[in-house]
Amino acid sequence: MTAPGAPTAGPVDGPGEAGEVARAVRRGDRSAVAVLDEALRRVSAGDGEVRAFVTVDAEAAGRAAEAVDAAVAAGTDPGPLAGVPVALKDNLCTRGLQTACGSRMLAGWRPPYDATVVAKLRRAGAVIVGKTNMDEFAMGSSTESSWFGPTRNPHDRSRVPGGSSGGSAAAVAAGFVPLALGSDTGGSIRQPAALCGVVGLKPTYGLVSRYGLVAFASSLDQIGPLAASVRDAALLLEVVAGHDPADSTSVPGDVPAFGDVLGAGVDGLRVGLCAELVDAMAPDVVARVREAADALSAAGATVVDISVPELHYGLSAYYLIAPAEASSNLARYDGVRYGLRAEGTDVEAMNTATRTAGFGPEVKRRIMLGTYALSAGYYDAYYGQAQRVRTLVIEAFARAYAQVDVLIGATTPTVAFALGEKLDDPMAMYSSDVCTIPSNLAGHPAMSVPFGSGADGLPVGVQVLAPALGERVMLRVAAALEDRARGVGRPVAGTGRSEPR
Amino acid sequence: MSADPAPGPLTRNDVAHVARLARLALDEDELERFTAQLASVLAHAADVAALDLTGVAPTAHPLPIGNVLRDDELRPGVDRDEVLAAAPDVEDGRFRVPRIVGEAP
Amino acid sequence: MSAPIATPGARPGEAPGAATNGSAVPEWETVVGLEVHCELLTRTKLFCGCANAFGAEPNTNVCPVCLGLPGALPVLNRRAVELAMCIGVALHCSVRPSIFHRKNYFYPDQAKDYQISQYDEPINLGGWLELPGGQRVGIVRAHLEEDTGKSTHLGAGGRIADADHSLVDYNRSGVPLVEIVSEPDLRSSSEARAYAAELRGMLVASGASDGRMEEGSMRIDANVSVRRRGTAAFGTRCEIKNLNSLRSLGRAIEHEAARQIALLEAGGRVVQETRHWDEEAGRTSTLRSKEEAYDYRYFPEPDLVPLDPEREWIETVAASLQPMPAERRAALVALLGDRPTDAETDQVRAVVEQQLDGLVAGAVRAGARAGLALARAANELGADPARARLLDPATFARLLALEQGGELSATQSKVVLGALVEAGGGDPAEIARAKGFEAMSDDSLVAAVSEAVDAHGDEWARYVAGDDKLAGFFTGLVMRSTAGRADGKAVVAELRRRRG
Ligand SMILES: [Mg+2]
Ligand SMILES: [Zn+2]
Repeated sequence: MTAPGAPTAGPVDGPGEAGEVARAVRRGDRSAVAVLDEALRRVSAGDGEVRAFVTVDAEAAGRAAEAVDAAVAAGTDPGPLAGVPVALKDNLCTRGLQTACGSRMLAGWRPPYDATVVAKLRRAGAVIVGKTNMDEFAMGSSTESSWFGPTRNPHDRSRVPGGSSGGSAAAVAAGFVPLALGSDTGGSIRQPAALCGVVGLKPTYGLVSRYGLVAFASSLDQIGPLAASVRDAALLLEVVAGHDPADSTSVPGDVPAFGDVLGAGVDGLRVGLCAELVDAMAPDVVARVREAADALSAAGATVVDISVPELHYGLSAYYLIAPAEASSNLARYDGVRYGLRAEGTDVEAMNTATRTAGFGPEVKRRIMLGTYALSAGYYDAYYGQAQRVRTLVIEAFARAYAQVDVLIGATTPTVAFALGEKLDDPMAMYSSDVCTIPSNLAGHPAMSVPFGSGADGLPVGVQVLAPALGERVMLRVAAALEDRARGVGRPVAGTGRSEPR
Repeated sequence: MSADPAPGPLTRNDVAHVARLARLALDEDELERFTAQLASVLAHAADVAALDLTGVAPTAHPLPIGNVLRDDELRPGVDRDEVLAAAPDVEDGRFRVPRIVGEAP
Repeated sequence: MSAPIATPGARPGEAPGAATNGSAVPEWETVVGLEVHCELLTRTKLFCGCANAFGAEPNTNVCPVCLGLPGALPVLNRRAVELAMCIGVALHCSVRPSIFHRKNYFYPDQAKDYQISQYDEPINLGGWLELPGGQRVGIVRAHLEEDTGKSTHLGAGGRIADADHSLVDYNRSGVPLVEIVSEPDLRSSSEARAYAAELRGMLVASGASDGRMEEGSMRIDANVSVRRRGTAAFGTRCEIKNLNSLRSLGRAIEHEAARQIALLEAGGRVVQETRHWDEEAGRTSTLRSKEEAYDYRYFPEPDLVPLDPEREWIETVAASLQPMPAERRAALVALLGDRPTDAETDQVRAVVEQQLDGLVAGAVRAGARAGLALARAANELGADPARARLLDPATFARLLALEQGGELSATQSKVVLGALVEAGGGDPAEIARAKGFEAMSDDSLVAAVSEAVDAHGDEWARYVAGDDKLAGFFTGLVMRSTAGRADGKAVVAELRRRRG
């Protein structure tokens, strides 16, 4: 275990901060093409073992980088992410580029349209390097349910990177790219960010458009950034956030800047150390979280112990609501319009053969669970009741935020677990989201910041939670934590530091 | 959607029924395994199912917004060839499917 | 039945014996409730910007949303909401806050394998529609939902049952629909037809729909049950699908009621089920029983937010509504002055149905006699009402004035009217002159009658003996001999004068 503050080797051959890269490209000091080439070199050197990417689109990325360089040469501003290589979770629709969601069902599917966030990235000058691996249809916490095989944790290749945005977290952790987008339905950005030692941010529900995000659970899904630093996460969030008329659940109005608050410190802020996000976690994780609380206190925040007991119901409510919505969202994979078709003598047989062959066991499990929770006779007992619990969680958070500005706690109960360890025990796998789920139920922002290491030197993430649209105060606290956590450097593929132990 | 405050334990029949509704085929082994796994998740959810939440309104949506409307204006769609190119089977500009048994509900 | 709350209750204000029985067996009463789906006249679909158009090349009005592509999201069309509110206001419903649900079922023409529809919180709740006879039919609800794509069945004459494969076109997928669910207030096939016709008139008048059953923009399902007269409880109902015309609707109800009565009289039991109307065979057959009914797993659509139209918006929509058929019929009846005869009641209904009431009212304002204008519009302009609507009411009035003044016979007047409609207007007097129409002098009329009487002595004797029917016979002869120039009424008057 490493306490924050212990010396570590910095990244030897990393991508550099995204903000720095963009500034250099915009000034003409570096070419986007060169930045991309370096990124592609890192990917080809390291991804054979990590397997963060499902698709690398060097050709289209090259064209995008050339366009950025041409814009700079022509004196026009290519945008705030000029020439920055970005990886996208494979559930974000990219026109003409396979978007398979980790599923056999959509292997080979090329969407005829770009997700809103993808269009925004292109407009901001970002260079989309490729699509990252994920749990099938974002259902999982280890990236092991992917049809394309598991991704490995760059810190220890015998361990999982977390999930479902495991590929995006690993791509940033391995230093392939400085920025990636993931999606978070019950912790799918924050949990892998914690296990891989990177920053992962789930915005307020509706802050980032879901248009073009292949739906898992529509009332919980949010797209958000994964980055090596809080500053880069804020930068990427600024680019992708904002009202979208194509998403009815998009927050109206303008989005504030996020980057300008990072240096503001935490002096005078009230921070609640949330018992339900600390107790019952592994001792190494608890130790880091308590140190994080102390660090914030030392930085001038008022830290108080706080209890929000209703969060205990979060996991159960989530595993009724999310599968219910998923069972409906995934009905469209029927072999008629796109994706896999398995033959059948009539249309019902064809649908059944297709879905039986196209979905893996975790997806089937959740579809059946959700179908059951919605079916006649059980709706009130399960889905209806879970929605009422959602109200309880929201009200409990509101009471807590009457006392404190942010809550902190663990992101995950333990550090990264071994590949295969939880595959046969769904409930054990589901429990790794226990700390992250409540923010999804409430629609609140939350993020994970690396803070030292735990067992076997593996990264520990501290979670910062804030009320709806509280991203600015959340980022202030996260930046202060990052400032105090100089413990775990970024592992770099090929340096030998992240070989299996 | 009638109220049923105390659903009984999940049976193999329930799982078989749900699989049919969801258009999934399960063999005997899968039926066995999924029944046990789903039962364990539902057992965990028993704490939620048992709560007395009379008077608590359900939250369908975390965002308290409403009346999101768009103007009745034409927008370009997608090109038919691009759409049909992604389809498993196509005939005559349309999506081809095997025999449909029964009418739409 | 998609509505969760449409359980049959007691029929309010039912007058005993008021309803006519459509079935052949008098001690049985037929009970019908209708579910009508109508497509709204928007430019674009309910949740996307694709064109809402009939008859385009397959799969050309499609986008990620209406194809149900992964990642696509719906956004509600403001105009569709407005038209739904129009329907609600016209049906005297309360227009209220509503939400959308997902109705989950697998079917190839359902692009997402769920339909976005309204369930227990529809936009329009509780109302009524008044039939031409004055009866009010209760409306349970009128809610918004999206249409499906269209399947074509190939390989066996297009019949679904033995087709080899099917082709799906999603142009219609996502077209806005309002589903209007009536109370089980209808007591015969003819009442059901009258309701459907009146509803269609209302939809057209409100501008919400074109009501074209032949293009599928108005589709009807009928819930039919029977009970012994005097029984308070409803019998078990069957839902009849595939009713593509008013004629099918009437026939299917007749047939289904007869089937149920025969079943019950033989000591059997009606099973609640969905039945399919086969227009060719003239019978209904089982589609599925209640036991195999779908479990739609309704839940609130998480991709949409609640709809809560402000009072002001509803009031603006209500104020913009044109008068509904019932109101327009009342206005025509008021023009007649007296209580209308049965023939006039029928004419009023026809004129309003064909939207010729504006023409009639305009002609009356310009001096025409209401009864005459109504009769001419109802009986002469039905062939091409769209064209007739273009006629200037003042011109119509001038023509009728010629007829009223005896300058044109009724027959001549009808010919000129036809020419006016054909030409889109003109001077009635000039047209009459061009056609050689001029009023007959009294002398030549007397001569023509004389000639007819002389040539048919037997008939004249019978007429004189009191057989008034023969007046028509002689009038016909005179009309023929004068090439229609004679005024029928003047001929009858001359016949009476002669008889003494
Ligand atoms: Mg319907
Ligand atoms: Zn569309």
